[in-house]
Amino acid sequence: MSSENKTFPKQTLDTRGLLCPLPVIRTQDRIKDLQNGAVLEVVASDPGVLHDIPAWCRVHGHHLIETEQVGLDIYVRLRVCKD
Amino acid sequence: MAHQRKAVALISGGLDSLLAARVMLEQNIHVEGINFYTGFCVEGHTHAIRKKHQLKPKRNNALWSAEQLGIKLHIIDISEEYKDIVINPKHGYGQNLNPCLDCKIFMVNQARAWGFMADNDFDFIITGEVIGQRPKSQRKETMPVIARESGVNDRLLRPLCAKNLPETLPEREGWVDRDALYGFHGRNRKPQMALAEQFGFTDYAQPAGGCCFLTDANYSKKLADLWQARGERKYEIDDIMLLKIGRHIRPAQNYKVIIGREEGENNYLEGYRKQFAHIRIESHFGPLTLVDGTPDQEDLLQAARIAARFSQGRDAGEVRVEICVPGLDNRFVNVSPIPAQELPKNWYV
Ligand code: SF4
Repeated sequence: MSSENKTFPKQTLDTRGLLCPLPVIRTQDRIKDLQNGAVLEVVASDPGVLHDIPAWCRVHGHHLIETEQVGLDIYVRLRVCKD
Repeated sequence: MAHQRKAVALISGGLDSLLAARVMLEQNIHVEGINFYTGFCVEGHTHAIRKKHQLKPKRNNALWSAEQLGIKLHIIDISEEYKDIVINPKHGYGQNLNPCLDCKIFMVNQARAWGFMADNDFDFIITGEVIGQRPKSQRKETMPVIARESGVNDRLLRPLCAKNLPETLPEREGWVDRDALYGFHGRNRKPQMALAEQFGFTDYAQPAGGCCFLTDANYSKKLADLWQARGERKYEIDDIMLLKIGRHIRPAQNYKVIIGREEGENNYLEGYRKQFAHIRIESHFGPLTLVDGTPDQEDLLQAARIAARFSQGRDAGEVRVEICVPGLDNRFVNVSPIPAQELPKNWYV
């Protein structure tokens, strides 16, 4: 992944067991406390996040790095881009 | 250049709120959306759980609206505070347990609290309400009630029906041009559809009843049953989530069973194993069953017989089940599946 990782250790957020839109809300609330450039990894069990977190990132201008499915767990990695 | 005014738009994900926000953007207002999570929202939930819904492309309609509009959307979890609205609606319920008028007042008030706080500094609030659109909450008489009781007063603008309402502050101050607002009324959706076409919106959501499960008769019946069985009108978020899932069968006041109807529901119910007594079918293929309430040993055996009926061992003489109660050792027992005639219709909630 990109150089941002050097400055910001990856933050993680576990939303497994929550249904959309709660993982999106938790992501949004977590990002409020993160700095520009920080990388956040959200792990979820609701496949709805594959659609909703990228959509949320698009409307707020955050950068979606990648999504990954490992068994029942879904990982969404994003970089915080604040105005 | 004139100072650009800022409006918070209540975005439900439906067409009306999408149009209302778009009308404001046309007038060069800075718009940001707000969407509330009450726990009863139709969005996502069952779609995420039940396979049959997964065939349809899933999307969060409020986020989709925001993308169409090119605005930010803030999703706020009000599920805890919202309980009081559902339990004690000052203005009563609609056709089912939907407290629409109190709900609107509460949401507009929450939008005010969010939008008018110093950091956010918005000037007014808009909704997609249309007079006469909904029999209980969107009537000419309820419009001023919402404005007044939410505390937003004349900073609440309804761009789609503003011409049928007294002038609001944004109109008086010239922040928006009243002449370019609309005078929609009644249940006819044609004007909205025409406006959608004009703005180039095609794939918008068309919710049938309302924006939440409380307008659903079956769902309301399950919630009423929960309150009746517990002897008080209270709920936890887990309760209302579970009301969306599985078959609910209540053999007695003190307990009910929740039986997964398919793999997705079983997976979801698995998440509640640590909180609830539950039954697994050992000898056959069968669903996971949660037991909600305060069942005694007899009740758990009865619950196991019901669970067995919904397994592939329904016609077998005996089915082996595992009964798990949090904090106790798991028990394996053989039970006979309950025959259809012993499972009265009125046990189904
Ligand atoms: S349908 Fe549900 S969310 Fe919509 S106004 Fe009524 S109670 Fe509120």
